[in-house]
Amino acid sequence: MRETSVVRTAVAPVALGVAVVLLWQWAVTGLDIAAFILPGPFAIGEQFANNLDNVFAGMLVTGVNAFIGLVAGAVLGIIIAILAALIRLIDGLAAPIVSALAVVPIVALAPVLYTMFGAGAETARQIVAALAVFVPVYFNTLKGLRQVRPVHRDLMSSYAATPWQSTKVVTLPTAVPYVFTGLRIGSSLAVISALVAEYFGGPVGGLGRAITSSASSSNYGLAWAYVLGSILLGLLFYCAALALEKLATRRTGG
Amino acid sequence: MTDTSVSLSTRSSDVPAKPVRRRRGQGQAGRRFLTGALGVVLLGALWELYKLLGPSEGVVVGGMTLLPRTTDLAMPHLWTMFARVFEPVTGAANAIPMWLAVLQASLFTLGIAAVGWLVGVSVGLALALIMQRFRLAESAMLPWIILSQTVPLIAIAPLVRRWGAQIEIGAFSWENWMSVALIASYLAFFPVSVGALRGLNSPDANHVDLMRCYSVGWWKTLWRLRLPASVGYLLPSLRLAAASAVIGAVVAEVSIGLRGGIGRLIIEYAGSAGGDPGKPWAPIFGSILVGLVAAGFVALIGLLLRRFRRGEVAA
Amino acid sequence: MSAPAPVGTDASRTEATFAVEVSRVSRVFAGRKGASVTALDDVSLTVEPGEFVSLIGPSGCGKSTLMRLIADLDTPTSGDIRVFGTSARQARLNQKYGIAFQQAGLLPWRTVTGNIELPLELHGAGKAARKNRARELIELVGLSEFAAHYPDQLSGGMQQRVAIARALAESPSLLLMDEPFGALDEMTRERMQNELVRICGETRAAVVFVTHSIPEAVFLSDRVVVMSPRPGRIRDLLSVKLGATGERGENLREDEAFFHAVSQVRELLHGEAPNAVRGVDSR
Repeated sequence: MRETSVVRTAVAPVALGVAVVLLWQWAVTGLDIAAFILPGPFAIGEQFANNLDNVFAGMLVTGVNAFIGLVAGAVLGIIIAILAALIRLIDGLAAPIVSALAVVPIVALAPVLYTMFGAGAETARQIVAALAVFVPVYFNTLKGLRQVRPVHRDLMSSYAATPWQSTKVVTLPTAVPYVFTGLRIGSSLAVISALVAEYFGGPVGGLGRAITSSASSSNYGLAWAYVLGSILLGLLFYCAALALEKLATRRTGG
Repeated sequence: MTDTSVSLSTRSSDVPAKPVRRRRGQGQAGRRFLTGALGVVLLGALWELYKLLGPSEGVVVGGMTLLPRTTDLAMPHLWTMFARVFEPVTGAANAIPMWLAVLQASLFTLGIAAVGWLVGVSVGLALALIMQRFRLAESAMLPWIILSQTVPLIAIAPLVRRWGAQIEIGAFSWENWMSVALIASYLAFFPVSVGALRGLNSPDANHVDLMRCYSVGWWKTLWRLRLPASVGYLLPSLRLAAASAVIGAVVAEVSIGLRGGIGRLIIEYAGSAGGDPGKPWAPIFGSILVGLVAAGFVALIGLLLRRFRRGEVAA
Repeated sequence: MSAPAPVGTDASRTEATFAVEVSRVSRVFAGRKGASVTALDDVSLTVEPGEFVSLIGPSGCGKSTLMRLIADLDTPTSGDIRVFGTSARQARLNQKYGIAFQQAGLLPWRTVTGNIELPLELHGAGKAARKNRARELIELVGLSEFAAHYPDQLSGGMQQRVAIARALAESPSLLLMDEPFGALDEMTRERMQNELVRICGETRAAVVFVTHSIPEAVFLSDRVVVMSPRPGRIRDLLSVKLGATGERGENLREDEAFFHAVSQVRELLHGEAPNAVRGVDSR
């Protein structure tokens, strides 16, 4: 019985991944696909290893933008969600704006942001990332703040607890797992948004710029190497947020 | 005489703890709309207020520009933006008004996003069905599906176009817009597959057992139990997929340089920001429109599937 | 001690001596589209200090509602409730009672000790005092080995014991309990009843206990208040008191007096004419 669960959680996905990679390599060599269409996985790995410095430099720029956006968006999302939970009016005011933000392409704002902040500043990319992160953090935090169980509410009432005491003792701990869920969702959004924003202009530097420039100079192997770098960056953010979430929700079952 | 049935329920549910509010109906919805509109107005007011009071070079702290520049070129007045929409696109004699150009481009992008959404939803649903049916498939595929979303496919967009260029089956040849739709579908399939899987696995164990007692096969159980039960989970995923499809379409258009779409317009008009500050804002409104229409469409689907959402707790 | 016929306001007593005094209380819930539910209709009841009173009745008889009104978790539509001479609201603000709900309602992110210390913390007790009191209470309910455990590591019965310990934290003179053993199996339930009478014997608090189990009501109470539904009213009161509170043992459930009292309560619940409402002596 234990073997099947190990097979399930670890062996199966890894086996699938390995199978796909091998299939890919076989397809590239066997079907003789030209490198500019689809390089083989090993060719990409090679390019990645050869250009480690450049890829890391790009990862650093995009990563810093994503991180700043993540922090700014998360802080803003949490604060405004707390306000919205406390004051119905703020909830009503913010609701359509945040809902609209959730469904419109935020990156469309990138060009005007570059104009507003200057084309040499990274701020536009950070703002795009922040807006993308704000939405899930806001919604999830707001949801968490409204999850207090009636029996806990009655308990606090029976203790004649002040509103602040109730918040500190019951509302906030209940909301914490939801906040971290929002952060986890926002983490990968931050990376992708920061990267895509580079597509719309701004200073040189960052993975997005590197991908486009190497693609336009037909250096597709290098382009794929940068893509690999962006995957790693996204994974890094996601795993960090996931670890934080697991840590924070150890004991809260509800 | 009196009711002798002593309830054996474990919960003494005499009466609701709080009085049930009367339905407010129209008044409530109207008030919500007004507050919402007020929020948008306040946003506009904030824009103009900052423009009035903020420094013209913006606020720069330690090399990082924290607050934007307030010149008319960098931050045009709201009325400049709106007025610009009604003027012709270029100075040329036969130029159409801006709003028409933006509308056409928006519809074009909306169409591509719709195709991408349909493909993504179909693929997502199919994957979810496979993963629900075979636990091994779920364990093998789900991690990769989650991982797939960390890949900025946008980056691979030009390469997708190249692949497409190679495909020619008889009279069918791959067109550029299909690459855009493919990228949109890639972004759309993820939320649907995850949400649909969660929804398909959501029915009560009791209900599943009931189906088994009736000796009902997997397909019938799917149709009668799992699919209806999954509606509540599917709808938010569909909305997310619609938003993602729109974003994917817009960005892919930029990346591939597809003419006729709103993404292309965003880049094109951004170049004129120097002399024509209101111009870049028009396609932004257009893309907002596309996003809202997409979301509205999914809301419509939600309305049609109302019956399956009874007992759903508002998120 | 024999109880007089239903409503008891003894004119010779002053108000301040009653633990709980419910005077002609009604609670009506306004429903949608005009339909309203009368949860309680002109209910009156008194509870002496140190007395254990059970509220029993079928669904819809308003027993939980009545308890919530006493706890000031709800307000009556008409009538008045006094707790130890003050209004219910004042009693809540002055923390005159401890409460235990059917769901134990423990905070999952706090240990057993943390949960018991909760009311002490909220009301500003010092750290050392809190720790000592918590230790006392944990011993009282017999959970000393589990002081550092989390609620999800405890069984239902153990969680309820923590909830009871928490209710006793500030040594209240009144305990309000809303079917605390409702979600437990019968064996655990009987064990918990034994524990509860022992604890109540030691603390001598007044108790208002909501239940829908007849044997439970008879075992635990000095008086059983039988309620009827739609609208919620007190149908009858039966004085039970099978022995001093702290001395009721497991054998009591096999006693003939016990069965007799159970039958009486059952008859009252079924609405038949009460069979000589009189006190029952224990043997």
